[in-house]
Amino acid sequence: MVITKKSSTFAPHLLQIIILINQLGSMNQYETVFILTPVLSDEQMKEAVAKFKKLLTDNGAEIVNEEEWGLKKMAYAIEKKSTGFYCLLEFNAEPTVLKTLETGYRRDEKVIRNITVRLDKYAALYAEKRRNKFGKKEEA
Amino acid sequence: MAQQSEIRYLTPPSVDVKKKKYCRFKKNGIKYIDYKDPEFLKKFLNEQGKILPRRITGTSLKYQRRVAQAVKRARQIALLPYVTDLMK
Repeated sequence: MVITKKSSTFAPHLLQIIILINQLGSMNQYETVFILTPVLSDEQMKEAVAKFKKLLTDNGAEIVNEEEWGLKKMAYAIEKKSTGFYCLLEFNAEPTVLKTLETGYRRDEKVIRNITVRLDKYAALYAEKRRNKFGKKEEA
Repeated sequence: MAQQSEIRYLTPPSVDVKKKKYCRFKKNGIKYIDYKDPEFLKKFLNEQGKILPRRITGTSLKYQRRVAQAVKRARQIALLPYVTDLMK
């Protein structure tokens, strides 16, 4: 009886601690791709990309990789536009950051499509390989 | 002339040797299927942009699920079309 009483009084604290530890160690690796409208000037595009990078870093995310694929033809028209400016960001962050990122995307009219994906361990390995490849290409 | 029923071919008819299908991901040790690579994903689509069934591609169930996931993601960001004709 005594033991059960003790455990019942201690359990909430233990739970809280466990939850705290989990929250501390819950940095995940994410990757997001977004498409900007092609009507923007180069400067406006850079500005938009910088804006989202800032949004991420301000919320405690750490940006690992950044790729700009440039103006690409899309497989189907979105908002009556057949091309789009693709941009990829890889970052480490806590899950709560995603919500702010999502609202950021929704508020910005320049973003016509976005996707955010969590990378599992194999995806992370693949992303690392890709990063190295992409870096080499830029050097060449 | 005795056996007229016998059909003669110029080239001997190829006897169907069933080539065993295999899962290319298992064989090549590919663990992650990238949704950002539409050219690779096109191998798993037919001309209308539909995902090919496992019985044709030979992909294992585990990786077929991942192929499907990747294709659907690629469609979201307009790297692959949802509907089309004559894609290849």
